[in-house]
Amino acid sequence: MIVLSLTPLPADTVPLPVMLLFVLVLSIFLGFELIAKVPSTLHTPLMSGSNAISGITIVGALLSSGSGNGPATTILGTLAVTFAAINVFGGYLVTDRMLAMFRKKDDNS
Amino acid sequence: MNGVVVINICYVAAAILFIYGLKLLGSPATARRGNQISSIGMLLAVVVTLFSRGIVDYTWIVVGIAVGGVIGVIVARTVAMTGMPEMVAIFNGFGGIASLLVGWAEFHPGRGHSPATLVAIALAVLIGGITFTGSLVAYGKLAERITSKPILFGGQQIVNAALVLAVLVLGAICCFADGGSSPGNARYGIFIAIVVVSFILGVMAVIPIGGADMPVVIALLNSYSGLAACAAGFVILNNVLIVSGALVGASGLILTNIMCKAMNRSLANVLFSGFGSASTSGGGSGVQGEAKPIVAADAYYIIEAAQSVIFVPGYGMAVAQAQHAVHELAQQLEQNGCEVKFAIHPVAGRMPGHMNVLLAEANVPYDQLVEPDDINPIMETVDVALVIGANDVVNPAAREDETSPIYGMPTIDVDRARTCIVLKRSLNAGFAQIENSLFFKDNTRMLFGDAKQSVTSLVAEFKGE
Repeated sequence: MIVLSLTPLPADTVPLPVMLLFVLVLSIFLGFELIAKVPSTLHTPLMSGSNAISGITIVGALLSSGSGNGPATTILGTLAVTFAAINVFGGYLVTDRMLAMFRKKDDNS
Repeated sequence: MNGVVVINICYVAAAILFIYGLKLLGSPATARRGNQISSIGMLLAVVVTLFSRGIVDYTWIVVGIAVGGVIGVIVARTVAMTGMPEMVAIFNGFGGIASLLVGWAEFHPGRGHSPATLVAIALAVLIGGITFTGSLVAYGKLAERITSKPILFGGQQIVNAALVLAVLVLGAICCFADGGSSPGNARYGIFIAIVVVSFILGVMAVIPIGGADMPVVIALLNSYSGLAACAAGFVILNNVLIVSGALVGASGLILTNIMCKAMNRSLANVLFSGFGSASTSGGGSGVQGEAKPIVAADAYYIIEAAQSVIFVPGYGMAVAQAQHAVHELAQQLEQNGCEVKFAIHPVAGRMPGHMNVLLAEANVPYDQLVEPDDINPIMETVDVALVIGANDVVNPAAREDETSPIYGMPTIDVDRARTCIVLKRSLNAGFAQIENSLFFKDNTRMLFGDAKQSVTSLVAEFKGE
């Protein structure tokens, strides 16, 4: 079995936040490339769809809500889960509802 | 392999699904599938997170997902297409507050943090807080719960500068005092102050912005909600939050840029100038002449004889809910052997792509929609341009009057069509409060009244009723 342990690290290993900064910068450039190709007719679904994606913060919210680190963390985490869930469910569903209406000429489906 | 590695590999898969989903959003034919793929990515990310060893109690998670899920589903099912700008605005806010709460939960006294983590928490709280209250104000303006005019007061810039300075100082103390090791009540007090100032900043940032500039604001807040998720990703050192947040942040920035270009204004001008307040309405004073009213029966004879007609919809079409009637009129014209196009200006309506969604709802095929750059070069060949509830985006003053506040803004040049019929309630200026010289041109006819009623009576004329 392969053990992918992160320790022990050599002394000159790049710290994790710096690695994540690298990920951030590349993702922003990727985002620019992807979104620039979206036609203006789809800009509203793009906004509501990307809104749903920003609900990814639910991952952090779940970890806080279920951490068992005392009532304050649980309350804050659960509130975060609720708001993020509204974003995720509402965002994807309303985007789907909108995109279902877009049709080409002579497309009677 | 241990659990953490499996979970993180699943996060990579989720990120790939988000990216592929956004790529498919590049064409109306594949966009729906793209959105579905993106939602599968989200499901994957949530499900694997539930297997984390850090989660020991699922009770409140279930409650949160159930409550949020039910609210989300109900809102998504019931919101009218005309209400989409308000909905997107408030959802941006929910994304922001969720990221703020994630930062807060992580900060909560009880354990120490490294300065790097504290900086990430402060950023998540700051961006999330601004996004939340800013979006609430934007929602209020769009839903007309509060005035959509800019709210300005003396010393506004000084107050804003003081708030920004305060948040920077508080942030520096919170993050770097005594190396960030002690949780301490004093630090918690400073933290709460940052939350409060962020909320105030969000309100202050959006109140001076007028209704017609809302497309820019929603796009920018959309970007912020992504950046807040990014900051939350740095708090919990999680890749998938950072990748997804960055994608959303980039998306919002691109849309913001497109909107600003479509108005020929800089972002700073949109955010700080109070455009549309009384002080900027001086331009266009040279507008002279007499508007020529027309009745529906006469308008019918003009469009009945036309070989080509373009519709130019604006926010007024959304307000009057006239999109279905407009589609019916377009069908009548086509049956009459006329070529019909819809010219959509990027900032028509209250959010990017607003008109396109309304026309899609009314079953107008998307290949009938054209952009200003496609239609303007052939405008002289158009027999009739029907302007329905659009105003500033068709104002010739943007080309002709150097003193106009909108001079230089790209417009749809309907005044160069052979005839232009403007459907409008009255001669009042648009949301930017600028006189429109189009109404006084020789080839312009004004069809006064509610847009939906006017269009419906034109359809009735075609049907010989």
